[in-house]
Amino acid sequence: MSDAVLSHGAHAPASKRLQHHFDTMAQQKEAVTLGMWVFLVTEIMFFGGMFAAYLLYRMWYYDGFVAASRELDLVLGGINTVVLIGSSLTVALSVHAAQTGKQKQIVNYLVLTGILGLVFLVIKYFEYSSKFDLHAAHHGASMIRLFPGAGIFDVTGDLAPIASEMRIFMIIYFAMTGMHAVHMIIGIGILAVILWMARKGEFTPQWYAPVEIFGLYWHFVDIVWIFLFPLLYLVNRHG
Amino acid sequence: MDAHAHHRDLGHDHVTPLSAYFGIFGALMALTAITVGVAWVDLGSLNILVALGVAIVKATLVVLYFMHLKYSSKLTWIVVGAGVFWLFILLAMLMGDYATRGWMPTPPIV
Repeated sequence: MSDAVLSHGAHAPASKRLQHHFDTMAQQKEAVTLGMWVFLVTEIMFFGGMFAAYLLYRMWYYDGFVAASRELDLVLGGINTVVLIGSSLTVALSVHAAQTGKQKQIVNYLVLTGILGLVFLVIKYFEYSSKFDLHAAHHGASMIRLFPGAGIFDVTGDLAPIASEMRIFMIIYFAMTGMHAVHMIIGIGILAVILWMARKGEFTPQWYAPVEIFGLYWHFVDIVWIFLFPLLYLVNRHG
Repeated sequence: MDAHAHHRDLGHDHVTPLSAYFGIFGALMALTAITVGVAWVDLGSLNILVALGVAIVKATLVVLYFMHLKYSSKLTWIVVGAGVFWLFILLAMLMGDYATRGWMPTPPIV
C-alpha cells in the first residue's frame, strides 16, 4: 500500500512524514487518532470522579449547593462558555484550513484560539480573585487561605445553618474549575508549539496530525466546561 | 466502502464543510441559551436532568462534528463508547448505592 502512496505524484511529500512502522498515511493517522482518544478516555475517568463527587454531595447538601451556586457570577460564567465554544470553532476551522492546505488560515485560526483561551483564563482569574477577596474580608488578610471556599460566606446571616454545605460546594467548584483551568494552561502551551510548526509551514493536507490531535484535546477541555457550566452556575436560579 | 477505503489510503480525510462547523457552533450557542433559560424555571428534580440532557447533546455534537468521530473508524467508536460506558458504571453504581442505603435495616451489632 505504501507503493500506492509513493507512486502517486501529488502525495510524494507525504512519504517523509510516514513513520517506517506504518504502511500508509491513513493507517498512521488512524493509530495517532486512536492513541489520542485512549488518552482522552483516561481524562474522562479523571474528571468523572470529580463529577461523581459533585452529584453525590449535591443530593446530600442541595440547599447549600443552591445558595452557594447563586454566589457565582452567572454573567462571567456565561461569557466564558461562549468564549470557550468559540475557541472550539476556531480550532475546528484551523484543522479545516490544514486539511485544505490554507497555510495562512491555519496560523490565524490558531492565534485566535490562543487569544480566546487567554480571555477565558483572565475572566476566570477575576472570578477567583473576587472570591478570594471575600474570603480575606471575612478572615483578615493574615489568614492562611488553604481552601479559598472555606470562609467566603457570612455564617451569622440567614445562611448560617447551611454555611458548611456551601463550603463543600465552593471546594468542589475550585477543584473542578481549577483542574479545568490547568488543562487550559497546558492546552495553550501545546498550542504554542503547534503554532510554531504551522508558521514554518510544516502542515500539508496529507499530514496535519498535530493540528488534529491538538484539536481533539482542546475540544475535550471544552466539553468538560460544557458540563461544568450548568452544574456549577445553574444549580437552581429560580425562586 | 472500497472506494472510500481507497480514498483514505491515499491520505485524504473527510473534510467537513465549513457550513457544518458554523451550523454546529450556532446549535451549541442556542443550547447554551436554553440551558441558562431553563435554570430559571422551577421543574423540581427535573432541572438537573434537563441541564445534563442539554449538556450531553452539546457534548455529542462536539464529539461527532468538531472531533470528527462521525467520520472515524469503528475501532475509535468502540474506544470512545467504552470510555463513556465506564463513566456510566461509575455514576450508576455510586447513585445506586446511595439510593438503596435505607432499604435494609442496619444489622444489630452482636
